[in-house]
Amino acid sequence: MAKSNKPIFWGLFAAGGTVTAFVTPALVLITLFAAFGAGMDMFTYEAIHAFAAWWLGKLIIFGVILLSLWHAAHRLRVTAHDFGIRADTVVAYVVYGLAALGTLMTIVYLLRI
Amino acid sequence: MGEEMSRKPYVREISKTTWFLRQPRYMRYMAREVTCIFIFAYTFLLICALGSLADGPDAFQEFLNSLRSPWGVLFNLAVLVVTAYHSLSWFVVTPQAMPIQRGEEFVPGNIIVNAHYGAWAVVSLIILIWGM
Repeated sequence: MAKSNKPIFWGLFAAGGTVTAFVTPALVLITLFAAFGAGMDMFTYEAIHAFAAWWLGKLIIFGVILLSLWHAAHRLRVTAHDFGIRADTVVAYVVYGLAALGTLMTIVYLLRI
Repeated sequence: MGEEMSRKPYVREISKTTWFLRQPRYMRYMAREVTCIFIFAYTFLLICALGSLADGPDAFQEFLNSLRSPWGVLFNLAVLVVTAYHSLSWFVVTPQAMPIQRGEEFVPGNIIVNAHYGAWAVVSLIILIWGM
C-alpha cells in the first residue's frame, strides 16, 4: 500500500473505534432485547422503518455502519498479522473488500427505504 | 543451498501464532484486537436488518424470528460482552492517544478516562431510551 493511503485508513480506524466504543454496547443491548423476544410491540416495522426513512436517521445509520466496518477491517488486518498470517496484501484486499461490500450494501438498502 | 551457506541460521524461538500466551499483558492486547471480529460480524447483522427493512414487513418479521433463535441470543450475548470490553479498553488508552495540555501541565489521565465513561453512560442512555 502506498504511504499516502495510511492517514485515511488510520483516521477511519480511530473514528470507528471511538464510535463503536460509545454506541455499540447499547445497540447490542437493544438487539439482545429483541432476541429474547421481549417488547414485541416496540420493534414494529413501522417505527423502525420511519427512523430509517428519516434523512437524519439514514445519516446516523450510514455513519455508524461505515465507521464500524472500517474500524473492524483495519484492526482485523493487524490482528491477522499478530496471529502469524504474513500475507498482508491478500489480507488487506479481503478485509477492506468486505468493508467496501458492507458499505455498498448499506448505501443500496438505505436508498431503497 | 541456502541452508549450507548460512553458518548461523536465524532461528526464531518465539512462535508466530502463540507468542501472546506468554504474558497476561500480551493476552489483554490480543483480547482487545480480537474484539474487531465480533464488531465486524455484528455490523453485518445490522446490515441484514437494514436489508430486511428495505424488503418490507414480512422480511423484517423473518429477520426478527431468526434473531430469536438460540444462536441469535447467544451471538448477541457474546457481542455484548466483547464490545463492552472494546469500549473499556478504548477509553483506558485515551490519555495516551490524545493527551490534553492545559498551560504547562497535562490534564491527569484519570480525568480524561472518567469523562469518557460519563459520556459513554449518557450516550448509552440516550440510545436505549430512543431505541426502546
